[in-house]
Amino acid sequence: MTEPLSFELSRPAVDPPRLPEAEVDSPGPSDVLPQAALRSRPAGLPRLSEPGIMRHYSRMASLNYSISENFYPLGSCTMKYNPVANEVAAALPGFAALHPYQDEDSIQGALELMWRLERALCEIVGVERVTLQPAAGAHGEWTALRMIAAFHDSRKENRTEVLVPDSAHGTNPASAALSGFHVVEVKSGADGRISLGDLESKLSPRTAALMLTNPNTLGLFEREILDIAEMVHATGALLYYDGANLNAFMGICRPGDMGFDAVHMNLHKTFTTPHGGGGPGAGPVGVKADLVPFLPTPTVERSNGHLTFDYRRPQSIGRVRSFYGNFGMLVRAYTYIMAMGGDGLSQASQDAVLSANYLRKLVENDLEMPHEGPCMHEFVASAHNLHDQGVRALDIAKALLDRDFYSPTVYFPLVVPEAIMVEPTETESKATLDAFAGAVKEIVGLARTDPQALHREPARLPVGRLDEVAAARRINAYLTGQSQDPILRWKAPSEQTAEAAERIPHETSC
Amino acid sequence: MLETIGVRSMEDLLVDIPQSLRLESLQLPAGLSEFETMAQVSALAARNRVYPDRLTFRGGGVYRRFIPAAVAAVTSKPEFYTAYTPYQAEASQGTLQAIFEFQTLIAELTALDVANASLYDGATAVAEAAMMAYVHTGRNEVLVAGYVHPEYVQVLKAFGEGRGIKVRKGVDPGKKTAAVIFQQPDFLGLLVDARALTQAAHDAGALAIACVDPISLAILAPPGEYGADIAVGEGQQLGLQPSLGGPHVGFIACHKELVRKLPGRLVGTAHDAQGRRGFVLALAAREQHIRREKATSNICTNHSLCALAASVYLTYMGPYGLRQVADVSFRRAHHLAERVARLPGWELAFPERQFLNEFPVRVPKAPAVLRKLARKGILGGLDVGRWFRELRGVLTFTCTEVNDARAIDQLLEVLAG
Repeated sequence: MTEPLSFELSRPAVDPPRLPEAEVDSPGPSDVLPQAALRSRPAGLPRLSEPGIMRHYSRMASLNYSISENFYPLGSCTMKYNPVANEVAAALPGFAALHPYQDEDSIQGALELMWRLERALCEIVGVERVTLQPAAGAHGEWTALRMIAAFHDSRKENRTEVLVPDSAHGTNPASAALSGFHVVEVKSGADGRISLGDLESKLSPRTAALMLTNPNTLGLFEREILDIAEMVHATGALLYYDGANLNAFMGICRPGDMGFDAVHMNLHKTFTTPHGGGGPGAGPVGVKADLVPFLPTPTVERSNGHLTFDYRRPQSIGRVRSFYGNFGMLVRAYTYIMAMGGDGLSQASQDAVLSANYLRKLVENDLEMPHEGPCMHEFVASAHNLHDQGVRALDIAKALLDRDFYSPTVYFPLVVPEAIMVEPTETESKATLDAFAGAVKEIVGLARTDPQALHREPARLPVGRLDEVAAARRINAYLTGQSQDPILRWKAPSEQTAEAAERIPHETSC
Repeated sequence: MLETIGVRSMEDLLVDIPQSLRLESLQLPAGLSEFETMAQVSALAARNRVYPDRLTFRGGGVYRRFIPAAVAAVTSKPEFYTAYTPYQAEASQGTLQAIFEFQTLIAELTALDVANASLYDGATAVAEAAMMAYVHTGRNEVLVAGYVHPEYVQVLKAFGEGRGIKVRKGVDPGKKTAAVIFQQPDFLGLLVDARALTQAAHDAGALAIACVDPISLAILAPPGEYGADIAVGEGQQLGLQPSLGGPHVGFIACHKELVRKLPGRLVGTAHDAQGRRGFVLALAAREQHIRREKATSNICTNHSLCALAASVYLTYMGPYGLRQVADVSFRRAHHLAERVARLPGWELAFPERQFLNEFPVRVPKAPAVLRKLARKGILGGLDVGRWFRELRGVLTFTCTEVNDARAIDQLLEVLAG
């Protein structure tokens, strides 16, 4: 089953919606503005009735897997249940209807929420202050690196390199490069943890920071984190924490205590704000005292119970987003933290670790386990053992989709061949974990008896495996002018032919 | 579960964490029931002042607009809001198709070839566009022409510093200029000569980046018509609540020659073995998870759900509904402008310039005026002197379809009183 595009469903006979009339006797745009400034023909928006719209989007919704219906064991992504109360809180008119340029006196409740959320996050990760401005994790990473760069600049130190482990998320090196740093890779040892020897050889007076996540992307806690921190700090560099894996240890330990100087958090992972099909999220950054002067402006300050925005921060890296960040996501995260409390957050992390180790145990004989346990909140398996049958991690992923499970993260981290990265989170029941392990067992069995069957999966979804190679070829043909089919957008078939023949000027006015 | 794992307690699973790092407990209040949580959160919400839509005349990048009920009905479907980034295409066709429709809607509005899946907001969209121009031209200066939203420029500067991109204000592009960035209508609501600015950019071998108001494009010539290379903007007006400034949605569209430098996600069509059409993430080789430090942007998600809201909004409105909204806003703002200009001591700040539905007016004792309006429950104009020294005493007023004629009368009664 597939759904036509809104553009394909559009009918010229559909009347526009009834909207307010001007009620005032003033001239309209075409009476006042010069012809050259006006649009020459109406935008090609579709014309659908409200019932048509609701059906269209309801049918599209039914084509999705989502955390509300499916288990999403996506390693590194922390797909946990999104409490519905969060949504209700963010939609309260007292939050949703606030204009960002209202006077501070009229938004004391919102500022108080931001202040309390900042304090809570400081406590959870062990830092001095937090900026709530970054809109996403990658945005937070980059913000942290800008602060680290500003810190070294303020000390007149020319540090140009950022060290990134080979198991790191792709955003780490990208954020470092966009912040003006040269990226130097640090190797993992055989046990899946950062190689101290390699780290030592890469550290130098040029090193600005080491970017690390702990537990690392293999789900393993860096046991020697205190030594690592000491080595990094001894060279005058700083330690940056990638908060993708924060769900592993809330209330158990803290990045600040491990020696990290800057810590980013993903509210959409650890603090249950929904992923929205790929955003909006929020990526606050916490910093130790040395980095506080460089925080983005404005910060929220509280004195005698009165809250204000502070724009006068001379050493600040400036502003990284308009207004004050994704405020609606801050409301959701705050609501979650309130409901959970310190005890609940701590329990959540312990349950996440328990779930991961339990599931790891259940599938350890079906897939390869390249590293020794215990793991923290996630583990990385490998489908390398099915290589002889011609079955790859991708096949396992697609077969799981056919069994109502979203797939784990595959082919990441890059250091494990045929990686299958599983993060069950604390919000899944034992029954779900058992069912998932059962599905893995069945699929691996099938891989041994009838591997061809796996290559045909998924067969029960709206579409089968899509030919991305052919799609890429067609995009290339379009971009190089060999084809008129735009691939990256819809165009009326007649319009494509017309444009191919000749560009005809349109004179219709709207 | 512990027994299956083969350990005796949770402690056995946490052995890798050094004892010296272990925490006794978090110094946070204990957990609450949903009832208590909501009572506390609602109490915070109640400490904020909510101005009614019809009595809000403040814009500056975030506007009150009529939001059709269908928007929230769609975006609150858990299949949309609790889905992840569509890595597994076969199980994410709803999200992927929604993004594909959004890309087409933005491409149609801006009259450019290709739009991406969305960005965080208008400010970061401007910064990402500047980055594209920097990479495309190999030049390291971007020129900000006229009154571009001051916060967008601040974000642009912060982004630029990491890459050695210099941000200069002016209208005279030179040999080092990678792009000329202008806003149409500008931050004050005034129309700029987009055609001339685009031409000036091209004459200097630079790209033209137009930061546009999406609703204005129902009236104004779109960037593709006057030859701009990249169009960006903020999509909050397309069905999103003000929400103290976010989450909203940025958009970016460009000519096909620049597509490989577009940041963020792109969705394209593809087919399965049975020939059925589906949607996939396309041109991923541009992105950070493949190119790592060589990627030209670190963006790995977008604002999908906000983009979905925008798509529902634009589909609900259709070409003529959107035109109606823009037209009503235009007429009301001109009506208001004409009347406030007659108030004693008030004058339009740029009487020779055209505007759509937001305009600057020079006002005696601006702060006192705003306080007086607030006392009467009206959120008055935006004091733009806060950002621009030469605009001290200037307020920008905005009208949209939510500010009915009676609301405009009410505003004027208070101002005259």
